[in-house]
Amino acid sequence: MQIELRDIRKTFGSVRANAGISLLIPPASIQGILGENGAGKSTLMKILSGFILPDSGDIIMDGSRVVIHSPADAIRRGVGMLHQDPLDFPPLKILDDFILGRRGAVFPDRRKAAREFRQLAAQFDFDLDSEAYVDTLTVGERQQLEILRLLWFGAGVLILDEPTTGISQPQKEKLFATLRKLADQGMTIIFVSHKLEDVELLCSRVAVFRQGELVGSAEPPYETKSLVRMMFSRDLAFTGRTSVPPGGPILSLRGVSLEALRLQIRDVSFEARAGEVIGLAGMEGSGQSVLLSACAGLAQPVSGRVRLGENDVTGLSYHAFMKRGVAYLPAARLEQGLVAGLSLADHFILSEGVGGIFIDRGRAQDLASDRIRTYNIKGAPSHQVESLSGGNQQRMLLALLKESLSLILLEHPTRGLDIESTLYIWSKLRERCAQGAAIVFISADLDEVLQYSDRVLVFFSGRVSPPLPAEGLSVEKLGGLIGGKGWDVLASAAVAHG
Amino acid sequence: MAKTRSSNALLQGAAIVLAVLLTTLVLLAAKAPPFAAYANIVLGAVGSWDVAANVLVSWVPLLLVTAGLLITFTAGLWNIGIEGQITLGAIFTTWMLRGLQASGLDPSLIISMSILAGMAGGALWALLAGALKTFGGVNEIFGGLGLNFVASALNLWLIFGPWKRPGVASMSGTVPFAPSLWLPTLTEQSRLSPSALVIALLAIVLVYLLLKGTYFGLRLKAVGKNPNSAYLLGVPTWQHMMISFALCGIFAGLAGAVQVTSVYHRLIPSISSGYGYLGLMVAMLAGFNAAVAAPVALFFAALNVGSIQLPIVLRQDSSLAGVLQGTLVLFVLLMQGVRERLAGKGLPQ
Ligand SMILES: Nc1ncnc2c1ncn2[C@@H]1O[C@H](COP(=O)(O)OP(=O)(O)O)[C@@H](O)[C@H]1O
Ligand SMILES: [Mg+2]
Repeated sequence: MQIELRDIRKTFGSVRANAGISLLIPPASIQGILGENGAGKSTLMKILSGFILPDSGDIIMDGSRVVIHSPADAIRRGVGMLHQDPLDFPPLKILDDFILGRRGAVFPDRRKAAREFRQLAAQFDFDLDSEAYVDTLTVGERQQLEILRLLWFGAGVLILDEPTTGISQPQKEKLFATLRKLADQGMTIIFVSHKLEDVELLCSRVAVFRQGELVGSAEPPYETKSLVRMMFSRDLAFTGRTSVPPGGPILSLRGVSLEALRLQIRDVSFEARAGEVIGLAGMEGSGQSVLLSACAGLAQPVSGRVRLGENDVTGLSYHAFMKRGVAYLPAARLEQGLVAGLSLADHFILSEGVGGIFIDRGRAQDLASDRIRTYNIKGAPSHQVESLSGGNQQRMLLALLKESLSLILLEHPTRGLDIESTLYIWSKLRERCAQGAAIVFISADLDEVLQYSDRVLVFFSGRVSPPLPAEGLSVEKLGGLIGGKGWDVLASAAVAHG
Repeated sequence: MAKTRSSNALLQGAAIVLAVLLTTLVLLAAKAPPFAAYANIVLGAVGSWDVAANVLVSWVPLLLVTAGLLITFTAGLWNIGIEGQITLGAIFTTWMLRGLQASGLDPSLIISMSILAGMAGGALWALLAGALKTFGGVNEIFGGLGLNFVASALNLWLIFGPWKRPGVASMSGTVPFAPSLWLPTLTEQSRLSPSALVIALLAIVLVYLLLKGTYFGLRLKAVGKNPNSAYLLGVPTWQHMMISFALCGIFAGLAGAVQVTSVYHRLIPSISSGYGYLGLMVAMLAGFNAAVAAPVALFFAALNVGSIQLPIVLRQDSSLAGVLQGTLVLFVLLMQGVRERLAGKGLPQ
């Protein structure tokens, strides 16, 4: 099936997720969609598979214009999608899941379905037992099941959104073999990824997205450098690092291993010294968040030690870390950092944790007004936090930080903020560094990482680089590492150094 | 602002009208004259000093459980187990009274100790629900429901087993205590105990102050609104949930103790009388606001007492009050939903 997208537009509030995308996908091909997090890839795919409606634009399938109202509608037209986050699977048997959603009789013919399931599975060399339960499957196996189901439903277009996240190497090879086979049989495949390597390996053509726009396309042989430039390139504005010479170690991790939902991190060691800023770079879900949580006591390592200064704090809770001068600022401000429904003043009272029984409202009011002024927050003590704009919420989180802190951990400190707020927030963080605090932060913005970090840890699918001095890094090199390119050089360099 | 406020009042008014309308339909379906029924309820609640006093008797436990529930609601918890907590309070009170009644101690001391025992019993049962949630991952609604069944089974077993009346065990409960062990009442025939009324009023004022003006109340509020953020702000989350369970249990246990010491003077099978569930409705209807809860509880108590005469006078079941109370809560909640929809938030996807 040939698919043509014409000027697809979709905005979420003020975010332009798709800003006029036009793309022609020929039949029997594997179309790669490449772009960093938030580039708008998933949004376009959801539009194509009926999960959301575009604000405007046309979808043309085999020459005729169609409107896809719902996922069921998409399936009817032969468009099937494998989601980035596998939807929660109920604890069903594989066969039941397979049959689920199939139109037709009230009582499905299980025997016939089982036979067809086995035939399909054998065709692609998938080793799935139709009587096993879905919740015992690995992510890769669920994916295989989902592919079979979509094929059985008669899909002629298969969309895969970041399918290689969380699956093993053999599973990935099998997946790629399957996709090639399907493309040879005439199926149209759309392969969404932020991993350069996967796209280069598999796709017969690639479209690159950046900030909601289609910024370029390429065909094999691919030139990694130009793909990276298309993905990340921005007007760079370096203001130079004004780093203080770092002091003693504040935080040190020794051989820390972590396990998260679809990710394992092995044997990470690094130190954050007083006055130092360490940036954690990588695509979302590559392991940075888990590691940062472990630095805060919010995730417990399966092995290895975490030390704060001289103290071994492995296994202690976040509140114990807090007492030792650690602060953690999450990315989801209203979900994890602030309490919607409480006023600004309430937040200051909570975070100050002053003793006594009754709240001294007068003092709280003074404290709140004072901090609001210092941190330039546009809001009054009696306002509810959710009424603040994103930038002001972030300022609020900073304003809630205690006076004396030794370690500040931040997730995406400036995501979604305007330039002015970004600069302001970093100036405040720099002040903390000058006072002797260490900062570890996650950012998806490579410029931000390069601009403010002294050293950088790069993450790729749970792999963690040794701390790299930011001075020796370029956007191209960092972008390559994030996309999984250049790790061999890194490893050999590390060996040479050691 | 002014506009939303007036539209809020309008929606609340609509809720009341709808509830009365639906109840009227129920009455018509039951072939009862609605107007006479309503008049009967009003008379039954305020027609004489006696019935008015009965309304206050009913107000006391309702106010106590509502006060407790406001604490758990603030912590974001649905303490459905409140019924069992009342029952345990009554059981512990009875247990202490039985143990001390022949001790020769000063009666007022015995009564005080029994009431304290009741508070401890309620707290224990509530902490059990809390522990199931915190350490066992059992949602407090399911844990509470289970514990309610266990509590009423325990109660029945005591009444028909170890604590049964000499000779014949009966649904009428255990042997009544000696009048010296009753909480003093207004007059000899009245069941209204001024001290119980004072305790209940103090309870609601205390909870009002606790939630409004203390650090503890603010932390509880934060936990209830967003436990994740509260934890990151340094609030020990599960500890606060446990404390709120315990406090609510204390109030529920107190309600049970009052039922034993001033109303029934013994343990009876349905000692909680549904005050727990009624308290949940009062708290919801009052928008979880302590100041509003007191009059709403009074209104509910009046409906309850007012409808007692219905079976005799109109041959209607007294559960009519329940219909009106239930529909009232449903419509008020519905109107809140409507309001949120109008405000453009909370739209279902
Ligand atoms: N349902 C939504 N509501 C609000 N914003 C959204 C929604 N879905 C996506 N976005 C925003 O749109 C942008 C593009 O997101 P997405 O298409 O998921 O990117 P990608 O898949 O390339 O990482 C992001 O800024 C994201 O935050
Ligand atoms: Mg995506």
